Amino acid sequence: MIEAFNISKYFGDKQILNNISVQFEKGKNNLIIGQSGAGKTVLLKCLVGLYEVDEGHIDFDDRNFSSLSFKKRRSIRKELGMLFQGGALFDYYDVENNVMFPLNMFTDMTEEEKIHRVNEVLKRVNLENANKKFPGELSGGMIKRVAIARAIANNPKYLFCDEPNSGLDPKTSNLIDELIAEITVEYNMVTIVNSHDMNSVLKMGDHISFIHDGKLWWQGNKDTILVDENPELNAFVFATELTKRIKK
Amino acid sequence: MNLIKHIGTYLLLMRQVLTKPDRWRIFFKRLVTELYAIGVDSFGIVAIISLFTGAVVAIQVAYNIDNPLLPKTLIGFSTRQMIVLEFAPTMVSLILAGKVGSAIASEIGTMRITEQIDALEIMGINPANFLILPKLVAAVLINPALIIFGMYIGIIGGYLVAAFTNLLTPADYIYGIQLDFENFTVFYALIKTAVFAVLIVSMAGFQGYIVKGGSIQVGKASTRTVVYSSVLIILFNLVLTQLLLT
Repeated sequence: MIEAFNISKYFGDKQILNNISVQFEKGKNNLIIGQSGAGKTVLLKCLVGLYEVDEGHIDFDDRNFSSLSFKKRRSIRKELGMLFQGGALFDYYDVENNVMFPLNMFTDMTEEEKIHRVNEVLKRVNLENANKKFPGELSGGMIKRVAIARAIANNPKYLFCDEPNSGLDPKTSNLIDELIAEITVEYNMVTIVNSHDMNSVLKMGDHISFIHDGKLWWQGNKDTILVDENPELNAFVFATELTKRIKK
Repeated sequence: MNLIKHIGTYLLLMRQVLTKPDRWRIFFKRLVTELYAIGVDSFGIVAIISLFTGAVVAIQVAYNIDNPLLPKTLIGFSTRQMIVLEFAPTMVSLILAGKVGSAIASEIGTMRITEQIDALEIMGINPANFLILPKLVAAVLINPALIIFGMYIGIIGGYLVAAFTNLLTPADYIYGIQLDFENFTVFYALIKTAVFAVLIVSMAGFQGYIVKGGSIQVGKASTRTVVYSSVLIILFNLVLTQLLLT
């Protein structure tokens, strides 16, 4: 479980996150939603340690991550996978070496074992026979799938996804959502997905945290989100023409 | 105030760079790649510049030595001294600041804006050490080899002047380049080269690492790398010359 306790974050004088306390459970798809600029990306970056929190602390299975130095955080970071918005694949490596990267850095597997594992996870994300392709030769959906394969290659306990559907067509978005939901159960991970795609919210939202103005405004799940009366939440959820019609 | 902040950030980054690599095997693999990218890919440009510089230096020395009492061997002697002491280490390093420095700043800057550096950090890898240290070690190892190569080619450039013009005979030139040769001059050139290599790669790594924004900022970081490392090379050239030759 990942727990944030009263975390606040400032950029200069501006407060971006305001006293947020939230829990993310194992085996569930935990979604952080909110409109652009609400603070959800900052929250995600605080959770993975890319930004330091100014107040409060973050625990990974009762281990206080915020108080650890860069070196001591390493043991936790080895258990962590992240899917970035743009994939963040290493340009100078092909697909195989991108996926193999965490295995090279953190395991003592033989070359054969590593290749076996790479093929296994590439098969899991439906990307067989793409081993020798470079990131520049891949489509947006393929990049996301390789990034997922890299994130799960070393059997992580925690998976973070920053807007996994951005820039993808609805069908590919659906496939990525399904894949994340399936591997969360398979690997029994704590998965945290940062999204403003309502389709993903309704499909995957086992636990949903709605961030508004840097505050944790509402918590619920994919069933309660559509019936809640919270005006700010409703303004976000029913902002599109499609969701407005569904509500009617 | 801004300058002090940047110097502080640079020093903190260098502290991260100069730590033990996470995995030596991966470090050596990356070192070989960088030796190739920084060194082998630069031999062509170093050869062209050195050849023409050597030839031009020989012609200019010949043009300035018009006193019949001065032996023609002085042309070979002066060409060798100029190439070994100054042209090979300093001029080639300035060229490498443009070619290698801008490439490193662009590469690391692009990695920064496309979150590849964040990806490394989240995995628990020290990105500064992983990305910059192999380039730094590769440059310190291969740049002196490039400079020695540049010296040879420069001296061959001077020989071609002797062979294809009537300014001096090849025999005079060959005699001149062997005259009063001191090993220390090459040692001095190699020390300068190693220091310049550190300046080029650390400045490029720093400028790339601190990029914020998009592709325009990557381009600006690349330009800053060339300007700042060139200025630093000129400054350190003076300091090292004063320290080593006086």
